[in-house]
Amino acid sequence: MALSDLANPSRFLRLANQIIPWLCGATVLAFGFAIEQAMSAPDDYQQGATVKIMFLHVPSAWLGMLCWGLMSVAALGTLVWRHPLADVTAKAAAPIGAAFTLLCLVTGSLWGRPEWGTYWVWDARLTSELILLLLYLAVIALWRTVEDPSRAARAVAILTLVGAIDLPIIKFSVDWWNTLHQGASVFRLGGSTIDPTILIPLFAMTAAFTLLFVTLLLAAMRNEILRRRVRTLHLLQANAVS
Amino acid sequence: METTAHINFIAASYAAAVIVIGALIAWVTLDYRAQRRTLTELENQGVSRRSEPARADPTIQQVKEQAKEQA
Repeated sequence: MALSDLANPSRFLRLANQIIPWLCGATVLAFGFAIEQAMSAPDDYQQGATVKIMFLHVPSAWLGMLCWGLMSVAALGTLVWRHPLADVTAKAAAPIGAAFTLLCLVTGSLWGRPEWGTYWVWDARLTSELILLLLYLAVIALWRTVEDPSRAARAVAILTLVGAIDLPIIKFSVDWWNTLHQGASVFRLGGSTIDPTILIPLFAMTAAFTLLFVTLLLAAMRNEILRRRVRTLHLLQANAVS
Repeated sequence: METTAHINFIAASYAAAVIVIGALIAWVTLDYRAQRRTLTELENQGVSRRSEPARADPTIQQVKEQAKEQA
């Protein structure tokens, strides 16, 4: 099947209906393995058991940024190619990205209290991550403000592309500014600074979270296509009555 | 550092993850059911998405068959 075939919402729905149950099963298995790995990981020599919060915090941060990156590609799809599924993807992804960004902030705060002695500081990493959450909320609000989905999609696409500036700021904030948040320790030049006994559970949990994200996104896209069909039928019904 | 020293923070983090992920799953599942139910109700009322001809009108296949019979 060519990628362009997925431009047809009906074809996408058929494919999603076939794939989603398998993805659900794969996600459950992946979480089973990842949680077992995370719970049996040793304590960190400095942080102790609180390192287990990292198994939630890092995947959430990764997905919050991945989701906005995906929405940025979808925004290009809306503005440049007018792909029928581009704005469906953007609209379905926003609440999921917001949820993972919120989880990143909450777990980071709960990790920060025992390690830094405070739940929150206005350093560059934390502030730019909070801005990402506010951007997600702005996108969700914009979708709800404009009634016509195609008009809303164009406005959201522009906001999404402008907001994409925040992604490199989040990533490099720990290098550009002096932050309380630690520097990069997983993907960095010279290799990871994390011991494999902790790195492997982290990768397992990240893979499980990513599978969950893909499953939720496909399911939310399916819902959005159905919602648009319902809207069309309501309009047809109203036209028939009048 | 003892494992239990900051157990409350660890437990709160995992609880937050369960709540957020649970809410996402519930949102997607309930929304799907709601959309399917509304769609079925509308279709049962005879509202059709496609610009189908009225039932009294012949379909393209019927027109072709009629044309064959006339030929």
